[in-house]
Amino acid sequence: MEPILLAEAQSIIDSFAGQDVYLHLETTNGAYASHFDETFFSAGAYIRNALIQYEHGKITGAGPYRAGLKLSIGWVYAEGLTHFEVDGQGRLLMAGLDPAGKLAVALEISKTPFE
Amino acid sequence: MAFEKERQVLVIFPHPDDEAFGVSGTIASHVQNGTPVTYACLTLGQMGRNLGNPPFATRESLPLIRKQELKDAAEALGIQDLRMLGLRDKTVEFESEEKLDGMISSMVEELKPSLVITFYPGYSVHPDHEATGRSVVRVLSRIKEEDRPKLHCVAFSNNCVEDLGEADIRYNVKSVEKQKVAAIMAHRSQTQYMVASWGDKLVTQDPELLAWIHNERFWTYQWPDKE
Repeated sequence: MEPILLAEAQSIIDSFAGQDVYLHLETTNGAYASHFDETFFSAGAYIRNALIQYEHGKITGAGPYRAGLKLSIGWVYAEGLTHFEVDGQGRLLMAGLDPAGKLAVALEISKTPFE
Repeated sequence: MAFEKERQVLVIFPHPDDEAFGVSGTIASHVQNGTPVTYACLTLGQMGRNLGNPPFATRESLPLIRKQELKDAAEALGIQDLRMLGLRDKTVEFESEEKLDGMISSMVEELKPSLVITFYPGYSVHPDHEATGRSVVRVLSRIKEEDRPKLHCVAFSNNCVEDLGEADIRYNVKSVEKQKVAAIMAHRSQTQYMVASWGDKLVTQDPELLAWIHNERFWTYQWPDKE
């Protein structure tokens, strides 16, 4: 993955609009956050292989970036995105990596189901 | 404490690298003793947060990378029988108990281990660790006491010593330091940062780092008293 280039990421998001796509969306602070700091409130969520279709999507901000995908009856949202790549299977993989390189958020879009 | 000679050791953990820090010296010692060791790893650590820095993995390539790292670590330790059980990271506690117990009991029946190593339920922090330990305990509890293998558990929750007392099994694994360090380094995507933080402490024989590497501890699982 490379640091996000806004215009490039935007055009890739555009290319997936208006068709069935599979979504991986995840936030995490790590399973050990409350172990290392007992006052830390640990929270996270992920959804894998949600089948969605978005009318349009935007990525914006000054970095880290925010992305929103507008569905016919809802939204997909992620913030804290820093890195991206289109992998060998043509999937858009975006992630937010903290200063130590640890993943904090992921938003991925694919035309075929994720494994 | 000297290693007892075991007939067969079965190590069961949910994530590649769970074996590396606190158990790999024990594994290498049993291998060196000529004891067959089976390592069953339930998931591929698909949801790990470390992707390298700068990142050399993605969320999607991480499982493939960790699979290879796991194989490399097993090779470094001389493990002949590495089993990857195909579950998904962070989901072990949500699998059906029947399925999970079935996977574990079929290995126990096949291998008839004299020693099983896993996480201590209630004292192992990560929900996957807890679910793995609970399942192993359920499976072994169904075996008659006289036939039941020994169960040594890893515990590291903040309250583990307070609740369980000090670990009753303590090994110095200095003689297999090389294998242990190689296993830790094999899990590169997860340990690169830690190994970098060692700097030259390994070369200069830093006492604190060496103590951390050389000492491994386990709690013998306390079965409830018979009715």
